[in-house]
Amino acid sequence: MPLDAADGPPVLQADGICRYFDVSRPWLQRTIAREPRRTLRAVDGISFSIPRGTTLSLVGESGCGKSTVARVSVGLYPPSAGDVRFEGQPLSSARAQPELRRRMYMIFQDPYASLNPRWRVRDIVAEPIRAFGLLKGDKEIAERVGALLRQVGLAPADGEKFPHEFSGGQRQRISIARALSSEPDFLVCDEPTSALDVSVQAQILNLMKDLQRRLSLTFLFISHNLAVVRHMSDQLGVMYLGRIVEIGPAETIFRRPLHPYTRMLLEAIPDLAMTGKGRTPVAGEVPSPIDPPSGCPFHPRCPLANDRCRVERPDPLAADGALVACHAVQEGRG
Amino acid sequence: MSAPLLEVRNLRVEFPTRRGTLTALDDVSFGIEAGEVLGVVGESGAGKSLTGAAIIGLLEPPGRIAGGQILLEGRRIDNLRQDQMRPIRGRQIGAIFQDPLTTLNPLYTVGRQLAETMQVHLGLSDADARKAAIGWLETVGIPAAAHRVDAYPHEFSGGMRQRVVIALALCAEPKLVIADEPTTALDVSIQAQIIALLKRLTREKGTAVMLVTHDMGVIAETADRVAVMYAGRIAEIGPVRDVVKDPSHPYTIGLMGSIPEVHSKVERLTQIDGSMPRLNAIPTGCAFNPRCPRVFDRCRVERPDLMEARATRAACWLYASEASARAA
Repeated sequence: MPLDAADGPPVLQADGICRYFDVSRPWLQRTIAREPRRTLRAVDGISFSIPRGTTLSLVGESGCGKSTVARVSVGLYPPSAGDVRFEGQPLSSARAQPELRRRMYMIFQDPYASLNPRWRVRDIVAEPIRAFGLLKGDKEIAERVGALLRQVGLAPADGEKFPHEFSGGQRQRISIARALSSEPDFLVCDEPTSALDVSVQAQILNLMKDLQRRLSLTFLFISHNLAVVRHMSDQLGVMYLGRIVEIGPAETIFRRPLHPYTRMLLEAIPDLAMTGKGRTPVAGEVPSPIDPPSGCPFHPRCPLANDRCRVERPDPLAADGALVACHAVQEGRG
Repeated sequence: MSAPLLEVRNLRVEFPTRRGTLTALDDVSFGIEAGEVLGVVGESGAGKSLTGAAIIGLLEPPGRIAGGQILLEGRRIDNLRQDQMRPIRGRQIGAIFQDPLTTLNPLYTVGRQLAETMQVHLGLSDADARKAAIGWLETVGIPAAAHRVDAYPHEFSGGMRQRVVIALALCAEPKLVIADEPTTALDVSIQAQIIALLKRLTREKGTAVMLVTHDMGVIAETADRVAVMYAGRIAEIGPVRDVVKDPSHPYTIGLMGSIPEVHSKVERLTQIDGSMPRLNAIPTGCAFNPRCPRVFDRCRVERPDLMEARATRAACWLYASEASARAA
């Protein structure tokens, strides 16, 4: 999909957003043990912008903060620092502005947990319509729900059923129908296909791409699956311990990953094309975000780390069309 | 040809329920040679984990083996009593499950769990078992093993726990390991480490592996042969290269096309419409026929068995040699 710069401001712009969580033990225990307060820096200063009709994907391993970014982006968590703007308007004012809230929606990972089991599908899909008062009259709402269900490949008659009567893929379709019912421009999809089987995943990914094209939707797509991300994205951001280590046009990064962590991730994925070929897995594990390493957070696992990496935190700088936060790449050691 | 290490013949597993008997596995037959890695893939509910559970004798009641045979080195193990099965389980057939936290006993140190396994199966003394436990922890790449041997499972990260589980599965030196989604709960960088470890150890010790997973990438990198399961039956089985690159069964073709690849980009993924049938509503004839793009009359009526199909064996009437079948 082409990036259309002439289309006004980016739909979503995040400037240095941070989100910290207090993970201290309760006051009494802390006082007895003379412990300081402890903070988990789930998201630590990340910036990106998503032009209309395009998809930015964030990838990373568990605990890198990608889901926290998703929640901050729709205002489910207020950022501890930095700000998020939706079409130029600060999201912090969205609470007071139902119109802003209507235009963004979230699709969650688990289609079993995100649909109310006691509601009929028609009521689930109609909830945003009723909540925002978009349509008056049961007949209009019923027609709209029927059209939405058809749009995601279900039958209008399915509205009478309950969520348990559907398979995982069909439930994710219901989630998508609900997300589209308030006619949003911006959808945050947090691992929308991770709970699904591959053949069903392909159906959902194709559906999401079709809808994006038809309705010029803007996606923030969160996934740990790089193959899915490659299929979906225009821009790609790679996260590690609450920071973006590399961000840029997805195809550029997939063709020529620069950051050692991105390279490691791409290298680590078992691929159909590599039958019989051995790989050298990278040693080590993701450190705890409560007590991240000094300097560049990736340095304990990085083959290119030197003394500077252990001390000084790298800032994202332009390199080959992408922004890369790595001393080695900037010094030409990569 | 000598008998394979493990042979499964026409295995049938049923779940009796109040509303009738569900057939979860039907007519599943395959063999695993010594030292071979057989991948078993399929979507949720295809019966891949159940096949593993049936082999190791850990079917959850009311599930039961209703037909067929399972032979380990030519000896039937499907009809053994629990007490006869116990020396086989662990000693002859090891198991690695998806979630390392539920596999390990949270109340015992990892060293004690390893030592106990080796004392029971190999008859080691206390001191020898502890020494061997430390050795195994080193083998699976746990740093400071002599110290960590006294740690409890919750003190390990997910990847480290799965290393302990691998040590536990291999420490009695079984001939066959059933690895059921061993890396599904792990991040990709850890997954690569675990797969490499499993590959290295089983090759060194000549252990055969039945690797159950839904991740075709893992299979493509690890397995020698692969069985693709659909609705409780094997849809296709053959050498991994042929099944991945040049599958014969329309289900396998669809499955391969639906997997997005990291190293290339397609505009649109192939999709198989619909989803796998529930066990109480398996269609007559070929179970895949309502979703199959190449379905013809015979598929709706008659159930295909595995037959020679180009480089693999597929349960698909497209490959029936009779010309009359195609004309029908």
